[in-house]
Amino acid sequence: MAKKFSQEHEWIELEDGIATVGITDYAQQSLGDIVYVELPEVGKKLTKDGDAAVVESVKAASDVYAPLDGEIVEVNEELDANPALVNEAPETDGWFFKMSLTDESQLDELMDEAAYKDFVEGL
Amino acid sequence: MADHQTELLKTALYDLHIELGAKMVPFAGYDMPVQYPLGVKGEHLHTRAKAGLFDVSHMGQVRLTGENRVAELEKLVPGDIAILKQGRTRYSTFTQDDGTILDDLMITNAGDSLFLVINAACKDDDIVHMRANLGDGVSLEEIDDRALMALQGPEAANVLARFAPAVADLKFMSFAEIDIAGIACFVTRSGYTGEDGYEISVPNDRAEELARKLLAEEEVEAIGLGARDSLRLEAGLCLYGNDIGTTTTPVEGDLNWIINKRRREEGGFKGADVILDQLANGADRKRVGIQPEGKAPAREHTQILNSDGEEIGEITSGGFGPTVDGPIAMGYVAIEFSEPGTKVDLMVRGKARPAEVVALPFAPHRYFRG
Repeated sequence: MAKKFSQEHEWIELEDGIATVGITDYAQQSLGDIVYVELPEVGKKLTKDGDAAVVESVKAASDVYAPLDGEIVEVNEELDANPALVNEAPETDGWFFKMSLTDESQLDELMDEAAYKDFVEGL
Repeated sequence: MADHQTELLKTALYDLHIELGAKMVPFAGYDMPVQYPLGVKGEHLHTRAKAGLFDVSHMGQVRLTGENRVAELEKLVPGDIAILKQGRTRYSTFTQDDGTILDDLMITNAGDSLFLVINAACKDDDIVHMRANLGDGVSLEEIDDRALMALQGPEAANVLARFAPAVADLKFMSFAEIDIAGIACFVTRSGYTGEDGYEISVPNDRAEELARKLLAEEEVEAIGLGARDSLRLEAGLCLYGNDIGTTTTPVEGDLNWIINKRRREEGGFKGADVILDQLANGADRKRVGIQPEGKAPAREHTQILNSDGEEIGEITSGGFGPTVDGPIAMGYVAIEFSEPGTKVDLMVRGKARPAEVVALPFAPHRYFRG
């Protein structure tokens, strides 16, 4: 499935019923050098727009919100040793977590790549 | 404080910041560069490795003249200004009657005058305070026709000496009027990074010219407020409004060293009764370095707990130190927890996380003492 995007600058990619979530290139550029990512625990239930993770730059901490309802099934352990991966490869190797979805139809509320591009340009 | 973009003041280097691609933010009423394309971490590491150029023109520059300038200023600061020889600079604080701190500042004996550098956010209040409290025989002149920039880092002296060989001989916390590339500057060997370097007061109409000359040197990068903050935190230096302020005294702020023997014996400065009592009998709390275990930074206002889960203090500055490559912080703890090595917990996002009280600085100072 093609990537979807949230207004909170997360990307979501669905494969076999599991959504991989990360932050967009726009988000990592705005945040600057990322020095720490606090990921949720596997098994944590997420509510759309609720707290999911925290990403910290040299200067500040920023919340990452759950783009969908569901449950964490895996987190990117690489980010613990190498948080800069989020800057280097935000939309590939720098993914944050994978989640099972309660309601796949929520994906329809998210933007496709073209819509997200327009959204960012309008900011 | 200005809260609309249009009301923000601009320094003499504003156009240069924009040209360099800086991300601008409101700071103390000024539109200031928080970072350049190199980024906070890169700028921080570059300053420690080579040399960084900072625009600090938002800070206030003040000249005191008149025969009573030293005695009158000593009523407002706990430092020994009388002992300050011509061409020497000292760090001090304006104190209030309750012993707390109205601002911190640099005081230079410039010969025929005292040259003060005060914080941007405090400068209007400081000037009102000085005008109200300095007695007869002192004149205060606000210097608003000069920019202020800092060149900091292990290569700062080499770079600046190319334009003005005399700067090489200045020692840490010394001042001289020196022509740099033909521009009449006030140069102090000081800074806010823990590195060797200079603070340079330059006429507004020559500031951009001087900045461009320095930036054209291969060792020099423009550095924003973001890295300025991480550099000073690693160096254990106080940020006024965070680490010291109107709820803390110099003793609580671990600044006893700014009060020498004569001032301790004689007093005669605002808040002396409180401050001298704390010097003699100790304060209830103290500013300390805090080293979080693990990688999660603890930001300002983070609660500090003892091993029983009781609150014993608060983080006042906290973040990530690019040179130490980990989280660092400072804050206030109850005095019985202030010894380096004391284990504490930090409440970050509802979870107690282990940390340790440590001696400051996190990154060793590398000042040029000659």
